Amino acid sequence: MAILVDTDTRLVVQGLTGSEGRFHGLRNRSHGTNVVAGVTPGKGGQDVDGIPVFDSVAAAVDQVGANTAMVFVPAPFAADAMYEAVGAGIRIVICITEGVPAHEMLRLHAFIQGRDVRIIGPNCPGALSPGKANVGIIPAEIFREGSIGLVSRSGTLTYQIGHELTQLGLGCSTIVGIGGDPIVGSSFIDVLALFEADEQTEQVVFVGEIGGDEEEKAAAFIEAEMSKPVVGYIAGFTAPPGKTMGHAGAIISGSAGTAQAKKEALEARGVRVGTTPTEAAQIVAEIARA
Amino acid sequence: MSDGRLATDPAGARAAAEELGFPVVVKAQVLTGGRGKAGGIKLAASADEAEACAHEILGMDIRGHVVTRLWIERASDIAREYYLSLTFDRSAKKPLFMFTTQGGMDIEEVAATSPDALVRLHVDPLEGCHPWHARRLVYDGGVEDPGEQKQIAAIVTKLYDAFVATEAMLCEINPLIVTPDGEVRALDSKFTVDDNALFRHADIAELRDVEAADPLEALAREKGVTYVKLDGEVGVLGNGAGLTMSTVDVVTFAGGRPANFCDLGGGGDAQGVVDALEVITRDEQVRAIFFNIFGGITRCDEVARGILQAIGEMGLELPIVVRLDGTNAEEGRRILADAALPNLSTEATMLDGARRVVELAG
Repeated sequence: MAILVDTDTRLVVQGLTGSEGRFHGLRNRSHGTNVVAGVTPGKGGQDVDGIPVFDSVAAAVDQVGANTAMVFVPAPFAADAMYEAVGAGIRIVICITEGVPAHEMLRLHAFIQGRDVRIIGPNCPGALSPGKANVGIIPAEIFREGSIGLVSRSGTLTYQIGHELTQLGLGCSTIVGIGGDPIVGSSFIDVLALFEADEQTEQVVFVGEIGGDEEEKAAAFIEAEMSKPVVGYIAGFTAPPGKTMGHAGAIISGSAGTAQAKKEALEARGVRVGTTPTEAAQIVAEIARA
Repeated sequence: MSDGRLATDPAGARAAAEELGFPVVVKAQVLTGGRGKAGGIKLAASADEAEACAHEILGMDIRGHVVTRLWIERASDIAREYYLSLTFDRSAKKPLFMFTTQGGMDIEEVAATSPDALVRLHVDPLEGCHPWHARRLVYDGGVEDPGEQKQIAAIVTKLYDAFVATEAMLCEINPLIVTPDGEVRALDSKFTVDDNALFRHADIAELRDVEAADPLEALAREKGVTYVKLDGEVGVLGNGAGLTMSTVDVVTFAGGRPANFCDLGGGGDAQGVVDALEVITRDEQVRAIFFNIFGGITRCDEVARGILQAIGEMGLELPIVVRLDGTNAEEGRRILADAALPNLSTEATMLDGARRVVELAG
């Protein structure tokens, strides 16, 4: 059945009338996503290529039954947009916007604890369930439908690995980019748990990078909670300490957060790790054929 | 804080010292840590000494930051040194206070050798910091003097307020000292703020020490290119932080030494490619360049045009290896093939591209 986004998704795009929101909202629709509404305060009553625009998320929920939100509004307003979606009863909020202040995410993350809400992002490529729905900026044509779950902190690296899987004849249930910021709405563990519970998913690939300890935590979770095989890939084996590698979160501080330490933590828990995207895809293929 | 004055030349330092009374401490003002170890903090007992210290410290290079400003303050008599910080704990997703009365040494060392001496306390960001947080820190830290307890508790609350007000990722007071007559003072502090929040903190954004950064990194920032200088000979350009990091790895595994990490970002229009190449080729160590592009939002045809434009404008003769996949990759490859330039080659995969560029740089 895939996870997060599928044929039941009824998407509202916050910021649909902006150039990026429009481009990707329509692109998502052309992939088959049921895009039911856009929200731009002050532009209620307009439409974007036939998609009705409302002044508020609440109106989109009431009038066209939106159940999933994609946030494309500029960074200073993104946290507000996410609170609004949660307040309107949306359960899945996917924030593509990059540059959201970390302190706002800190409070938002605390706010959603204990609520039945899932936030993906910010600064992420979104989620794609091939053949069912695409919410975000992942190029759907790279991927095939199948049984592999893919979760990643990065965008283009995910495409690289998806491409390698496709070359090997393998397809995906859902591809999820959780984002590279210091604080994101959903961690690896949250998404791994969804894949574990998903019938379509038979194997999971998880793509980490230097910095933080999410990969180490995921390793412990995989050993304790997952019955499905998981293959890892970590970017940044040769990154120097103390330098931020593009993603705000991707920095080795002291001896913590190195790719080698993450690889060892995963391998100690029985997760095989590729040191290049190609090698990771080959391990996945090996397991799929076994 | 201690009473002090800012000085930008030795004469100013002398005047400030005379005004404050001796002994004074002359401190380098730079946006980095480790200045004490680098010799950027000196004690002076007289006006002549203060001037001499200022002369010595001004112009000093501390971790790539040149000292242009000094802080002159009355030297404090130190009875005890403590440590207090508030960091952004990514793992717990909460602000984290750390406090120890075993100051004066590296905090990571305290954490490793006597973890019980380091008090750690998370704050719920929705609850905020309350007096009980401060009490917990001083009690658990073993501060016994009531006067000290009160002063430290006040500093704890103010530090949290500053953390929130400046949207900091780190606020550290090290050392937090107690004078022989029981006064608590913050002798030195370090703040790191969130780049994403700078748009609403113009006063902090202004402090950015553009001059001090690596000249190539400064040029990159000016042009809006995400660039990190490394030590090798292979220029690396990718789109997206993860793929670029992965490309740096793969070039290394192929036996090469990357000269840089350069992320074109999500857009990657032709001008962005030209800007990035300008930064990369400014590094004279670079002997060959590898473009590893997986088009999503980025269109490979745009990247191809950018590469040709840059070669044309800059008269680039360095060998360039290009790997294009994803959005409009075929068109991109055709544009490059049609140009038929002798120093430009394409490879079908990331691994082949890495091997080829390492060969060319060798």
